[in-house]
Amino acid sequence: MQALSPALSAHDLACRRGDRLLFRRLTFTLEAGAACHVTGANGAGKTTLIRALAGFTTPYAGEVRHTGALALLDERPGLDPDLPLGRALAFWFGLDGAAGGQAIMARLRLEALAEVPVRYLSTGQKKRAALARMLGQAAPVWLLDEPLSGLDTASQALVSELVQEHCADGGIALIASHQPLDVPDMTAFAIEDFAPSEAEA
Amino acid sequence: MIAALLRRDLAQFFPFTGSGAALPVVFFVAVAMLFPFAVGPDANLMARTGGGVVWIAALLAAILPLEKLVARDIELGFFDQLKLRGMAEEAMMAVRLIAHWLSFGPPLVLATFPAAALLKIEGETFQILLLGLISGTPGLAAIGLIIAALTASLRAGAALSGLLLIPLALPILIFGAGALARQDPVSLGFVAAISLALVALAPFAAGAAIRAAREN
Repeated sequence: MQALSPALSAHDLACRRGDRLLFRRLTFTLEAGAACHVTGANGAGKTTLIRALAGFTTPYAGEVRHTGALALLDERPGLDPDLPLGRALAFWFGLDGAAGGQAIMARLRLEALAEVPVRYLSTGQKKRAALARMLGQAAPVWLLDEPLSGLDTASQALVSELVQEHCADGGIALIASHQPLDVPDMTAFAIEDFAPSEAEA
Repeated sequence: MIAALLRRDLAQFFPFTGSGAALPVVFFVAVAMLFPFAVGPDANLMARTGGGVVWIAALLAAILPLEKLVARDIELGFFDQLKLRGMAEEAMMAVRLIAHWLSFGPPLVLATFPAAALLKIEGETFQILLLGLISGTPGLAAIGLIIAALTASLRAGAALSGLLLIPLALPILIFGAGALARQDPVSLGFVAAISLALVALAPFAAGAAIRAAREN
């Protein structure tokens, strides 16, 4: 089942949180193999953008489109806190029909933690577990919300490496982060550039 | 996908497997056990009022699991991840309703046997009570799910859900306990009808509620 080549786009997008307009007239298109880094201070609207792109919220104006399945990585790992990590991940691997769950866990250095309940994991370990869940999904379009937060240097390098591989395979990655990523040919934009002026707000 | 989700939900909520999930059943039996201590060992009085006590205990036991029923998985981003895999909120909530009822209805019906023995409920009264709980618990589960989904994004949601369940469960209680008072199994038909309507409605109401919770 060869799907259409993946794409992710926003057209004239405006989002608000509560009564405050966070950004407007945001337009971009990402095609197969593209990585895009969205920068912005805390509260600038990165997460809001990601959630609008994922289709969780209705944008205030404009529209979002995607071709190909979406995978989301945010601060919530989606893993049952009471289950051992191996079983919590196995649920998603099973749902996604992911072969090679063991290899994915090995890649993210999680094998030793397989028997540890998710609630005992540190922030960085949880983030790595969420990355494992996302890799198992094998979706062509990645939405990464602060993928580097809580990770040590080695794991941060691994995230850059995973994004590079994903894009080399024809995937798309949109990364919202205030930390730098080492991905060649990555485009970037600052969400503040689309913030409304005083008069508009 | 549905089967995998049902297995996971059951593992989360079924008594003695999930965390503290046996509590509603224990609570239910405890109420039945305390009642004779409170009113004295008059077998006649207990046989007359015991059925009503069991119904109230069932209603209160239905409140206990609500706190974890939906809110925790919203916080975990669990429903968001399912949504990305193309599952509708209604389907998630229908599965959750089945898992919630299975982990609360049948154990409660089983617990009615010791509870009835403690309250000296026997014969036809016991049969009506049992049938009433079998037909009433799906409705209680459905109300619980709707309320849990509606209050999931509120800070004081857990406390509120208890207060909301009581008035909504009143029709089930009136017909269910009323059947006992009149020794009339016919009004159990009303209990079953209310339950059916609630079960049919719950996945849609709860699904809309968790969709709306995303917007803020």
